Amino acid sequence: MEMLWFCAIAFMLCMYVVLDGFDLGAGILHLCIARNNDERRSVLGAIGPFWDGNEVWLIAAGGTLYFAFPLLYASSFSGFYLPLTIVLWLLIFRGLGIEMRHQVDHPLWRSFWDGTFSAGSALLAIFLGAALGNVVRGVPLGPDGYFFEPLWTSFTVQPDAGILDWFTVLMGLVGLSTLAVHGGNYIAMKTTGDIQVRARANARLWSWGVLFLSLAAAVSTFVIRPGIWTNYSEHAWGSIFPLLGAAGLCGVFYFNRKPDDLKAFISSSAFIGGMLSSTAFGLFPYVLPSSTIETYGLTVYNTAAQSYGLGIGIVWWTVGIVIVLGYFTYMFRSFRGKVKVEEEGY
Amino acid sequence: MEDALLLHRLQFAFTASYHYLFPQLTMGLGLLIVIMKWISLRTGNELYNNSARFWGKIFAINFAVGVVTGIPMEFQFGTNWARFSTYAGGVIGQTLAMEGVFAFFLESSFLGLFLFGEKKLGPKLHFLSAFMVFLGSWISGYFIIVTNAWMQHPVGYMPGPNGTVTLSSLGDLLLNPWALWQYLHNMTGAVVTGSFCIAAAGAYYLLARRDEEYGKIFVRTGVIAGLISSFLLAFPTGDAQGKNVAFNQPVTLAAMEGLFQTVDGAPLVLIGQPDMEKKKLDNPLHVPEMLSFLTYNRWGAEVKGLDAFPTSLWPTNIPLLYYSYHIMVGLGTIFMAITAAGTWLLWRKRAYAARAFLWVLMLSFPFPFIANTAGWITAELGRQPWLVYGLLRTPAGTSATVSAGNTLFTLLGFLGLYFVVGVLFLFLVTKAIGTGPAHASHHERE
Repeated sequence: MEMLWFCAIAFMLCMYVVLDGFDLGAGILHLCIARNNDERRSVLGAIGPFWDGNEVWLIAAGGTLYFAFPLLYASSFSGFYLPLTIVLWLLIFRGLGIEMRHQVDHPLWRSFWDGTFSAGSALLAIFLGAALGNVVRGVPLGPDGYFFEPLWTSFTVQPDAGILDWFTVLMGLVGLSTLAVHGGNYIAMKTTGDIQVRARANARLWSWGVLFLSLAAAVSTFVIRPGIWTNYSEHAWGSIFPLLGAAGLCGVFYFNRKPDDLKAFISSSAFIGGMLSSTAFGLFPYVLPSSTIETYGLTVYNTAAQSYGLGIGIVWWTVGIVIVLGYFTYMFRSFRGKVKVEEEGY
Repeated sequence: MEDALLLHRLQFAFTASYHYLFPQLTMGLGLLIVIMKWISLRTGNELYNNSARFWGKIFAINFAVGVVTGIPMEFQFGTNWARFSTYAGGVIGQTLAMEGVFAFFLESSFLGLFLFGEKKLGPKLHFLSAFMVFLGSWISGYFIIVTNAWMQHPVGYMPGPNGTVTLSSLGDLLLNPWALWQYLHNMTGAVVTGSFCIAAAGAYYLLARRDEEYGKIFVRTGVIAGLISSFLLAFPTGDAQGKNVAFNQPVTLAAMEGLFQTVDGAPLVLIGQPDMEKKKLDNPLHVPEMLSFLTYNRWGAEVKGLDAFPTSLWPTNIPLLYYSYHIMVGLGTIFMAITAAGTWLLWRKRAYAARAFLWVLMLSFPFPFIANTAGWITAELGRQPWLVYGLLRTPAGTSATVSAGNTLFTLLGFLGLYFVVGVLFLFLVTKAIGTGPAHASHHERE
């Protein structure tokens, strides 16, 4: 049962990063690939109907985490108090950037919100990567399952490390470059003309970053948390996840040059899904490892809610997610094809 | 520890009160937009469709602010109230997760279609998308009320491991008798807010002698919806909610009413100032025996005063609880009077030219926001000193690892950020109202 919920939440988080990832990525590249007002409107038009729904995956994953693993939710949210609050502020600023830009017809107004949107998106991508880095590295859990981490201490990977050390910053950069590629692929798929050419060129450039930074991160993970490989040696079938990620990255390089933007986008989605599921597979049953005493680590078993709630949850959660997938299919079909600037809503 | 507790409470109180300014308008406007779309669909009157589009624009701004200020609410259960989350997550995690899965996705997906898809969808599917947005926001409200109702009146739980509680019946949790009335009371309150906002904009257009055909629609829709909702707010929903409090939280009722001594035939206090030192109400103006009648339907019934309970069970801030309750009830009464007068003027066909009345209507829109906020302050302060009524006291729910200094940092950050958000919101809504419904729809057709 616990394992089922672990998979459910991993699935929701993958959906979040793949879906909100493309609009965050569009934000990261916004200032580089869209040079004039029409081009910037087409970037925002391409994500306009979706970004809000995409962000709901984060909220729903948070809610599901709360429900299935209350102790994990309480421990990690209070322990990551400062970075999470900063993430909230960034989400607010970035959302405002998207929604405010078209409200006033003045170049200075638009420039300000373009900058807000882009900076917010980039910082969020870094924080999401760094958050994953913290989970992989482990946190200084106490015997009661709680901890508190400052934003940074000495930037070394010590038991008293902060949220940011060299490893989590590296993971943050992996996040930044991955989402930049993903967003570039999405924009290339949804636009035509100059902006499409620039989106492809940016995706290509950043994909080298993804390649080298991911390799560096993989090697560092092996050094910092060798235990992550035990699951792979014991259950060889799990290598399907890293293989999916690797295939996705190859696809990103190949389809970018072809060019086939839809397949490139599917490839970057596969890369994200593959890498996140690889991490989840490697960590299991840990959900928040300890950087001090290993037995203090939080697992799916010592943080889960009781079986009645988890059991009945499976029923409504499955029904709900099937409906949600229906909405998303319908919505993406309704707004399929290239975005046309004059059709922007409101 | 004392400092940290106060700061955790202040931050939650501030972010929650601020956040709820927006969803109440979302939920109220959502219903009224559906009604306007429905009238337009049935009669073919394009003015109603333009009205729906105009309010849709304001709805979108409002919704965006509601979403971005809402995410911190869910997060704060973990960041600031970790021990509460560990204690009760097995129960209320259910409803919070359900809200995400069943309501937020519905709302956000169809909002995209409603705002961006009018041409692609055609009138019927566009109506459907407006309806789904409305439905999503009202379902979302239900899950939040169920969560709050469990904290007010815990049901469907049993003891779990390590002193926590765990769910024993999802049906009992979702059908908590407290939740049903609290929900209806809350939602009619949201409709009052939506109605007064629409009516105020309409009154402005009529007073300014511009967009008058829309001004009339707005005043008519707002006044009639406001009349129905403000009467439903008092009876049966407010009455039933008051009885919930009286029977399940009698000490809260005594504090809300400013009743220090247990008496037979308790009076209903209209105005007066609680004096906590002398344990009495100064300058009271009251209706004799009315409280007994309202609570027990008997004029002479005994109502327990604060003296019947040990002070350790008293709500921690009785004067504020007393005032917020009286502000809510007083404003609710005024809403009934304004909308009843408006309906009478509409019936006499004089409302659109009654400038004095239109002035009142135009200036009245902030008060439903105040009344709804006061209502929530009543509910939340009334629950004190408990976080989960009768089970977990508020000081035992905070995040033990988060220091007062870190909490103050984030509280100040929220204050600053929300100030900016508020200025932007007011600017944009003022601008949308200034642009006006006729210009908006003209622009759309180009």
